[in-house]
Amino acid sequence: MGEYSVLIGGKAGEGINTAGLSIAALFSRLGYRTYMYFDYPSLIRGGHNFAIIRASEKAIGAHRTPVDVLLAFDQNSIDNHRQRVHSGTTVIYDASQAVQAEGYGLPLDTIVKEEKAPPITGNSAMLGALARVAGIGREVLDDVLRTTVPAKHLEANLRVAGRGYDAVESVFTVEPLDAPALPVLTGNEAAGLGLVYGGLDTYVAYPMTPSSSLLHFLANRAEDLAVRVIHPENEIGVILMALGLAYAGEKTAVGTSGGGFCLMTEGLSLAGMSEIPVTIVMGQRPGPSTGMPTYTAQGDLHFVLNAGQGEFPRLVVAPGDLEEAYTWSATALMLSWRYQVPAIVLTDKTLAEGACSFDIGAVAELPDREPVLWDGAGEYRRYARTESGVSPLAFPGREGAVVKATSYAHDEVGFTTEESGEVIELQEMRFRKGESLRAELATYPAVKAYGARDAGTTIVCWGSEKWACIEAAERFGARVVQPIVLAPFPARQWKEAMIGAGRVACVENNATGQLARLLRQQGFDPGRPVLKYDGRPFAVDELETRLLEVFA
Amino acid sequence: MTPKQPAGKVAGSLVSPAQNTWCPGCGNFSIQHMMKSAIAELSEEEGIPLENFVLLGGIGCHGKLVDYLNINSFYGIHGRSIPAATGMRLANPDLKVICHVGDGDIYAEGLDHLIFAAKRNSDITVIVHDNRVYGLTTGQYTPTSPTGFKGRSTPGGITEHPINPLEVMLAAGATHIARGYTRKVQHLKDLFKEAIVHRGFSFVDVLQICATYFNLTDYYNEHAYEVQEGEVDTGRFESALSKIREWDYDREAPIPLGTFYSVEKPIYEEKFRALTAGRPERRALVRKALEEWR
Repeated sequence: MGEYSVLIGGKAGEGINTAGLSIAALFSRLGYRTYMYFDYPSLIRGGHNFAIIRASEKAIGAHRTPVDVLLAFDQNSIDNHRQRVHSGTTVIYDASQAVQAEGYGLPLDTIVKEEKAPPITGNSAMLGALARVAGIGREVLDDVLRTTVPAKHLEANLRVAGRGYDAVESVFTVEPLDAPALPVLTGNEAAGLGLVYGGLDTYVAYPMTPSSSLLHFLANRAEDLAVRVIHPENEIGVILMALGLAYAGEKTAVGTSGGGFCLMTEGLSLAGMSEIPVTIVMGQRPGPSTGMPTYTAQGDLHFVLNAGQGEFPRLVVAPGDLEEAYTWSATALMLSWRYQVPAIVLTDKTLAEGACSFDIGAVAELPDREPVLWDGAGEYRRYARTESGVSPLAFPGREGAVVKATSYAHDEVGFTTEESGEVIELQEMRFRKGESLRAELATYPAVKAYGARDAGTTIVCWGSEKWACIEAAERFGARVVQPIVLAPFPARQWKEAMIGAGRVACVENNATGQLARLLRQQGFDPGRPVLKYDGRPFAVDELETRLLEVFA
Repeated sequence: MTPKQPAGKVAGSLVSPAQNTWCPGCGNFSIQHMMKSAIAELSEEEGIPLENFVLLGGIGCHGKLVDYLNINSFYGIHGRSIPAATGMRLANPDLKVICHVGDGDIYAEGLDHLIFAAKRNSDITVIVHDNRVYGLTTGQYTPTSPTGFKGRSTPGGITEHPINPLEVMLAAGATHIARGYTRKVQHLKDLFKEAIVHRGFSFVDVLQICATYFNLTDYYNEHAYEVQEGEVDTGRFESALSKIREWDYDREAPIPLGTFYSVEKPIYEEKFRALTAGRPERRALVRKALEEWR
């Protein structure tokens, strides 16, 4: 068996997310590729949190419904997941919490008390028991604890883990693979590193799930990565501060979710008119309004494509996994500066907070791009008219340059004008810039395709549904086509990728088929919709069942 | 440094060719001319290069000022100058960042930003063109309009009371608070210079008449007076507060003009400076972070 699934569940506040990451680390250590889906309601303590960690010999990026091991801290974790348990599932539960369970009962209260360890170390007992059940050696377990637990709590955790290890028996054996142990990152961490790789100077954000962890990650690593991280009064302050930073020459990104993005839209229009670059990482979650704050959705595509008053070019990219989050965050930042347009990196909770093995070796390097800078000759005109539509940049403090950025319709220098000829030229200049961006993107992998061209069936998807679709496609021998760039829409690449598509299913995490709508707007047939809008991503097996309805 | 030349000459060169569209008699003219002179003089006296000044404007008649001067500018949107100004100062500590804002612009739409900039002591200067009426949208009441004010949106007269913005700023933690009046131009210029030079968040509420919708010239001429040396202890909160409360923008009372409060506190932007000093090679840092992951 080259693949394993483990579910760990308990109350919020019990450290399920961290324990899940440790489980992922355990499999990573043995050379497996891992993926973690983390499900939690919007509350601080209590309720039911769970993480499904899947490990495989090959690259993965989605979970499946059945699990091989169920680690339950409470009765809910048994009751809520009955559909995941099958004859081969090993259940390990906290005997001091769960009363109706079959499997290995660990008296976590007693263990923790006897070892004089804090209650949170119960996670380590579960991790120890998992290692034993999975035939993973003590040394691997201890090694994972050494790298995941802070030094001052290490001894207690090692003792408690040992108790869990000794309390159960080996059920199966996870054979170590001859593959490197890859780091396990969340999508937000990959996006953050990508932004820094792309030249980020400052990150500005107001907390909002699922983008807060990007703020936390960069704030924690600010010194290591030499970036500033600022948390201002609200999202309006966020984007304006970013525009101020960028006007003065600093590459800046902001992060938010739908509600925060609502507040940023006036700043987005300002970026469009003043041609000040800004990169927005937009993590989707179910709306309208507050919706389900800790769950996932792909319901804001048309919002980001159309947000802001007036007409102006923008770059919108939707990465589907860590490697794409990394490289396209870097590229979005660079291209936003190159073309002086706002760039939006559209993610969702599944990608942003989900964790996955990150293979930097698999990252497709995209070209380096620098902003077009003023050469210092003659009088500086911020909005100088050019063939490409891009006016050379200068920043305040530059001798000989008066840099006038503005939200008003303006002439070449930046003075307000409402004169008919000037405003037509201005608008056309902005759209020339958009066309230059489109031309450049023609050389990028803006549309990705997986599987044979003569498959005869094609799954179309975007963003975090990519890997569930790739796996489900194997079952049907189907091809997968995924646009990464959504604006300016790569129509030519799309047309090329869809030659001979045959029967098409369009898989999305929303209720109206937003990618399908975009495809229709572009003159393409989006095929049959396969939609899910309960705030959860498709499990691979669930998607297979749904696709049967289309492809049968 | 630029060679010595008369400040007037520098000031003259700061006027832009943009066509002026303010109403005749508008208080903005004094603010524009005194700002221009203040910048020219500071450049002369303090050796601040002209290219290091940045003016920001919001939306309203006041904002046009940034078009009329040949100085770096960011003509932003309603109420949002202040976060942008903070961003600029974060990016470049050499910049002298001056926000020109309106009373509707900043006390209504942008009040949160104003309070937070004062709270964090961002090293920016805020000049409020406080004409106590919405001019460009043709005559509605603002947060500093007096009780009973009849605007186009409140024909029966407003029943709410104006805020005293100086009191708000003092409570929020502003480190430099002053009030000027557009008919006292030399005094106004000195207030501008003092505010721009102040290290930290500086705030000047400028009583400005709106010639078209709310001409308070007679009222201000009768009540406004310049605070004399020793009349207020600008280092003491209580002393400043009592002077600031002498007039509440509503009742008939003497209107003190001058600097009410001025203290030194750590500047917000400075704590971020060490992080990006020396322009480190970030790609190497990203690779290192990945190699040493967790």
